[in-house]
Amino acid sequence: MVGAGAEDPPATAARPAGADAASRAWIADLRGGGRAEEEAVGRLHALLLRAARFEVDRRRAALPHLRADSLDDIALEAADDALMAVLGRIDDYRGAASFTTWVYKFALLEAAVKLRRRAWQAREVPLAGERWSELADAGPSPETQAEHGELVAALRAGIATALTPHQRDVLVAIVLEGVPVDVLSERLGTTRGALYKTLHDARRRLRGHLEALGLAPPTHQGA
Amino acid sequence: MASFDEIASRIDALLGPGRPELTCDQCFTDLDRYTEHEIGREAARHPADVAFEPCGWCRQAADCRRERRCLGMRAHLQGCPACQEEYESLRALVALDAESGAGG
Repeated sequence: MVGAGAEDPPATAARPAGADAASRAWIADLRGGGRAEEEAVGRLHALLLRAARFEVDRRRAALPHLRADSLDDIALEAADDALMAVLGRIDDYRGAASFTTWVYKFALLEAAVKLRRRAWQAREVPLAGERWSELADAGPSPETQAEHGELVAALRAGIATALTPHQRDVLVAIVLEGVPVDVLSERLGTTRGALYKTLHDARRRLRGHLEALGLAPPTHQGA
Repeated sequence: MASFDEIASRIDALLGPGRPELTCDQCFTDLDRYTEHEIGREAARHPADVAFEPCGWCRQAADCRRERRCLGMRAHLQGCPACQEEYESLRALVALDAESGAGG
């Protein structure tokens, strides 16, 4: 859990739920050696490429400046990297989900990260921006002002005073500027996990700031 | 000037889920299992009957059993836009395979 101090899962986390027959066959082929293994690796790469192309298609509209062959190059590169990741972590597969679902997540991650970074390749990542100050404009209607005015003012003060400069940079960039966490982590030379921990800590401080003022955080989002 | 919904959405995103949540690495580890569980739960005639085994990361296993979903995962997906996007993609791809009979 984030912030809960748990670094390693309890033993039950690795308990296999039992792979289905098709998944067991994949594992047997990939560990079998010889021609069967070579063929399985080829089938696996095709599966990963299909998943990577699926992700590219989902994000194509956000990358209008990229040509089709460039996008397919990204998909191929993502499939290649995912193949290495899957083969390197094949012993981590516990059968808790089907093998295809397990490998898909590697290809989707690789493709998504590459596409996010490509989309921001020529863009400046806004750090220490002042976008958060726009929160002071709580909205045009009396309803919005009544609902959010005090809370927005407290949030604005909290961002300015309760956060470290790094926490403020990360919170503003990810939440208000919409910078993908993978893009920001690459620019700052850190990892997605470390950056999300910073975001989590910033959010916790903001909540604490509101509570100290006697303001309850809103419940817009689903419980 | 932002609308009421935009302001509410920004406030939610600034404050995050406010509940215990998985890390990004833990989320990735359990994403396949969670995705298949969620698809099965929504496809079931009686979703409450779909068996759920807490992931082992969760400190509130009893709550997870009652909800029949991983609360730490759910909170993380609410707080992390990147992991949420990857969950949606995996879910869509697995659902597509189920419809077409592909993926095996």
